[in-house]
Amino acid sequence: MEHRKYDPADAPVLTVEGMNVDIAVPAGALHAVTDVSFSVRQRETLCLVGESGCGKTITSLALMRLLPRTAKLTARKINFEGHDLGRISERQMARLRGNRIGMIFQDPMTSLNPVYTIGDQLEEVYLRHRGGSRSAARKRAEYLLEKVGIINPGQRLGQFPHQLSGGLRQRMMIAMMLMCEPKIIIADEPTTALDVTVQVQILQLLRSLQDEFNMGMILITHNLGVVARMADQVAVMYAGRVVEQGSAEDVFRNPVHPYTRGLLDCMPKRGQVAANGRLGSIPGIVPSLVGQQRGCSFRNRCVLQRQACSEGQIDLRPASSGHLYRCILEPAATVLPTTLPVGSAA
Amino acid sequence: MTAAVLSAPAPQAAAGEPLALETRDLTKEFRIGRKWYSSGQPLRAVDGVSLSLRKGEVLAIVGESGCGKTTLSRLMLGLQQPSAGEIFVGGEPLTNVDRKVFSRRVQPVFQDPYSSLNPRKTIGEIIRDPLQIHRIGTSAEQNAEVEAIMERVGLARRLIHSYPSQLSGGQRQRVAIARALVIKPEIIICDEPTSALDVSVQAQILNLLQSLREQMNLTYLFISHDLSVVEYMSDYVAVMYLGRIVEAGPAAEVLRAPRHPYTRALLSSILTADPGLGLPEVNLGRGFPDPLNPPNGCRFHPRCVDALDKCATVMPRRIVSGSELIECHLHDTAATD
Ligand SMILES: Nc1ncnc2c1ncn2[C@@H]1O[C@H](COP(=O)(O)OP(=O)(O)OP(=O)(O)O)[C@@H](O)[C@H]1O
Ligand code: SF4
Ligand SMILES: [Mg+2]
Repeated sequence: MEHRKYDPADAPVLTVEGMNVDIAVPAGALHAVTDVSFSVRQRETLCLVGESGCGKTITSLALMRLLPRTAKLTARKINFEGHDLGRISERQMARLRGNRIGMIFQDPMTSLNPVYTIGDQLEEVYLRHRGGSRSAARKRAEYLLEKVGIINPGQRLGQFPHQLSGGLRQRMMIAMMLMCEPKIIIADEPTTALDVTVQVQILQLLRSLQDEFNMGMILITHNLGVVARMADQVAVMYAGRVVEQGSAEDVFRNPVHPYTRGLLDCMPKRGQVAANGRLGSIPGIVPSLVGQQRGCSFRNRCVLQRQACSEGQIDLRPASSGHLYRCILEPAATVLPTTLPVGSAA
Repeated sequence: MTAAVLSAPAPQAAAGEPLALETRDLTKEFRIGRKWYSSGQPLRAVDGVSLSLRKGEVLAIVGESGCGKTTLSRLMLGLQQPSAGEIFVGGEPLTNVDRKVFSRRVQPVFQDPYSSLNPRKTIGEIIRDPLQIHRIGTSAEQNAEVEAIMERVGLARRLIHSYPSQLSGGQRQRVAIARALVIKPEIIICDEPTSALDVSVQAQILNLLQSLREQMNLTYLFISHDLSVVEYMSDYVAVMYLGRIVEAGPAAEVLRAPRHPYTRALLSSILTADPGLGLPEVNLGRGFPDPLNPPNGCRFHPRCVDALDKCATVMPRRIVSGSELIECHLHDTAATD
């Protein structure tokens, strides 16, 4: 476990309890995030993983209070360094965002301004939150560009974002996030648009900076490989809910929820092919999140579903100490039949 | 520069049967920033690619974004004209094959199931289109074909009157596959067919492509950046770097015992779902490949951790033996410098 660098005795920097986000849509309320709870310590990485539309991005936007106007956030508590992020004013939030809470997105171009040089943009963040002189800001920018592995920082500062490759741009974004001293990083698919070799380099960079600057990290991705290699804690999301949550060890070595198990079976594995020469697969597609949700949201795709799965509310419960799952079946009963129907209709 | 050589896979004396698809020294050069006063800067997206593919086989092309994979597929589809080199379909030069005949034999499936389907047509109309273009069958026969292929690719019949916007990503990719298959082509050129899809949907589509290949004896050119997907799908792999094939051979060989330093770096970048392994060491310099300014010598040398002195100045030879190809000084034992 060479990468487990956090101290379990530390108090969390961020604690989220019972967070919900409902979005008003013409057909009613879309329950984008339901009953999500987690906490992150300094130097600890929590990965939110799940497929398209499961609520990963909405969760991160909620934490940064950048939700669309049509969205309503409720939570028992969202504690970050003594602030309740669900309740503080927009002015207080603006002081934390980009300052104590760092953000990185999939496409750096969406958060970089194409008409300003990289130097200007880095300095701007610093001056806005820290004040001080432009030369101090420039010095910090140069220092950080070097930290994120950019060769020749002085020259790069004068360039515009479109003059950089995708990997360089993401390094830039990371430097920009570090201009102030964030306690937590929220990274939404930071390497999804990058080549596989560059992905590893950027992940390595994030990890080492996280240790050096004592930051917690919420890493959002749909890539189970990234999760396995980066996460201390994992929350697997499906249709707005966490269906399995625990240490990376527990979730990957002893997955319990039928969705987690199915998802792992879907990954092509190196050097091994299933007996029937096919990948495991999860039939069907994600249900609508609009309107009242009853029972298990995975049931229309679950090969183990039964009558009780459509009734009432299913809570997260322990599979082992500290490892939670949301299914009516006992852990031993969630083993999937080894051969799923092949090529079943989406 | 060596003469045109056949590379992966070599045309083993396949008892007179012509190769399904073959390229010889295929090259495509674009001119960037062309103006009336200047002919612009050359960008060689595909550089001397020689590949061949037998009926029923799957050849994967892997490489990073911008390495020329998509240009190669567009050349093979006849959507772009090569600057040099030739393409053969079933043993005949592409230039001699009638456009319509060609498209009956070779069909594409693209990456983005959102933009590759006409939003104003129903699913039934989209799948029927190729039959109408090629005037195949009566209206009733066309209906029957459309329904048969929809069933085959796992699309419910009720979707026949739906529009693409009403379908999920996976369903749209099934429509794209049905449209490609309805005229019973021999070769399918798949350009990143699952990279826009979720893992669970990707698995459905990959399994479908495998089943269809077995049932219909299809030949695939499969373009992907994901080596674990490539391992699952293909018989042969060709690794592309800045327009050139730098290593090729049977998938089992290339993926289990990679020889080119670039192939090795790609393979070590695969993140398997093993917690506790941490991040791999990827032996690769950080330079980023710029097709507008390809380096001298071996195009990979600025990022190569094993580079020799001559790698910076001398272009490595293309060495072909059997169905394996390698272009790297480290593996050129007969080098005479
Ligand atoms: N502005 C919006 N208006 C209405 N619905 C929205 C809006 N933004 C998101 N949603 C819905 O909220 C749900 C969760 O979306 P979210 O973007 O969080 O998913 P995600 O897990 O980030 O997916 P991806 O992997 O595709 O990024 C989805 O059903 C989505 O369609
Ligand atoms: S609750 Fe039922 S439907 Fe949901 S995952 Fe468990 S067995 Fe499957
Ligand atoms: Mg998202």
